[in-house]
Amino acid sequence: MINLHWLYVLAGAVFAGFAAGSARDSTNPKRWGNVAFWSLLAASFWFGDLLGDIGNGILVLAIVAIAGAHLQGRGSKESTSNEERENSSTRYGNKLFLPALTIPFTAFVGTLLFNYTPLEGTGLIDPKAVTLVLLGVGVIIALIVSYVWLRPLPLAAVDEGSRLANSIGWAMVLPQMLASLGVIFAAAGIGTTIGAIVSVIIPQGSLFLAVLLYALGMVAFTMIMGNAFAAFPVMAAAIGVPILIHQDGANPAVIGAVGMLSGFCGTLMTPMAANFNIVPAALLELKNQYGVIKAQIPTAIPLLIANVLILYFAAFR
Amino acid sequence: MIDYWPLLGIALVVIGFALRFNPLLVVAVAAIVTGLLGGMPFAKVIATLGHGFNENRYVSILWIVLPVIGLLERYGLQERARALIAAMPRATAGRLLIVYLGFRQVLSALGLTSVAGHPQTVRPLVAPMAVAAAEKQHGTLDEDTRERVKAMSAATDNVGLFFGEDIFIAIASILLIQASLANFGIQLTPFQLSVWAIPSAVCAFLIHGTRLVLLDRALSRPSPFGGGGARSATEGTPSTSFAGPLPPEGEE
Repeated sequence: MINLHWLYVLAGAVFAGFAAGSARDSTNPKRWGNVAFWSLLAASFWFGDLLGDIGNGILVLAIVAIAGAHLQGRGSKESTSNEERENSSTRYGNKLFLPALTIPFTAFVGTLLFNYTPLEGTGLIDPKAVTLVLLGVGVIIALIVSYVWLRPLPLAAVDEGSRLANSIGWAMVLPQMLASLGVIFAAAGIGTTIGAIVSVIIPQGSLFLAVLLYALGMVAFTMIMGNAFAAFPVMAAAIGVPILIHQDGANPAVIGAVGMLSGFCGTLMTPMAANFNIVPAALLELKNQYGVIKAQIPTAIPLLIANVLILYFAAFR
Repeated sequence: MIDYWPLLGIALVVIGFALRFNPLLVVAVAAIVTGLLGGMPFAKVIATLGHGFNENRYVSILWIVLPVIGLLERYGLQERARALIAAMPRATAGRLLIVYLGFRQVLSALGLTSVAGHPQTVRPLVAPMAVAAAEKQHGTLDEDTRERVKAMSAATDNVGLFFGEDIFIAIASILLIQASLANFGIQLTPFQLSVWAIPSAVCAFLIHGTRLVLLDRALSRPSPFGGGGARSATEGTPSTSFAGPLPPEGEE
């Protein structure tokens, strides 16, 4: 059965490629830092299960040390000039979109085919990882199509991939690091502590204030933890279930679903949700690393108000 | 008796991010401090950190798309995205992003969350298209406006994902809600929960859609918000340099 581990092997190869591409770029004064960084990541994806917890911990510290000491840089070499890209864009026309669209298309059609045909019963792909596995398949197909059609230099994908990777740099592993921080937070009992604090300040007697505190609690806790998943069980235990559902008779489906979505408004406003908010800023080469958050706050706040109103008017009918 | 000391780890994260230290360093230090204050021995903290990192490798899998995207950019993918938009007379940045928002919400509601995303679709296609459309509306973009259009492209992807995915019954967050409430003896089906994600999804489309309409209005004004001083030095930068290297430090 094809599962996540196959993807880890593929991803390890891609990170090793970033290391190789970085080593080839002599215009980057700090290239050996980049090589070390990507090599460690490749090692994590290939051998993570063999290293043991302490081994992985040391690997993490080494990755952090490289980033923290600013040992990574980026090269100044551009493989093609603006003019060459314009010419090539005119020459190949809209067909250039096809390899790029192959990736989402394979994931989309593949997932539908797999889930709604007898393929699902064959056990070919781990059901928990279907879309990601098919995304990997799409990447491989797109790479083959591009090489056959465009006939680039053999190492072009390695060089171009590492050019992009080095422009993003350490931000690429920040989401994974934050997930690890979440594991530590859970082990240290942060959730229970915050739940205890919240339950001390619950207002008595006002239904609207209780709803508001539930939604704001989801937002605040989500902003601290970087995702609403950690916040929900805590806020449900502190306010949602005892006060809103049991005491005031709210519809539990509304409390559950809209409570979680209130938390998502918090996700839009926090740098802790790095893969949604910080990584894209690096990926789009924004000057302000908080630029995406800044663009999201004016959507998040009215949407939070809408969610509070939905909670208040739909849950108590 | 509740021990409040581990909360210091949260404070460290907030301070570290605010002072713009390297975020990887901030997170690692906060993790170690939180673990130690929570009563774990040092070796156990390191082991927990390593275990968490290893278990969460799937978070970083999406980066396998970079070689393909990079290769196609070498052949002018972003230039093509811009040319396509330039050929559509009625395309504007706001309209383009509204269409993308709708697609992203519907696809996510069908459970197809990883089909689109920042590396797969926003960087190579959506952002360059939005910038090209904005240039048609506004003429050459000053740096703040260009940043704003790109940031709105990323924001639109996030809003579409977050407020679409919970309509799908088998998404992780719906299963988490179901499991959390089941702990209190409240039994719900995923379907009951996902139906209640629809009103928020509609609100998200209306609110963010309105902002995109306002973005179009701002772009169609020749000089947005009084222009604001010190950016004329970058006006001459060719608009195609979106994917290129950052300008040297001295240029500002």
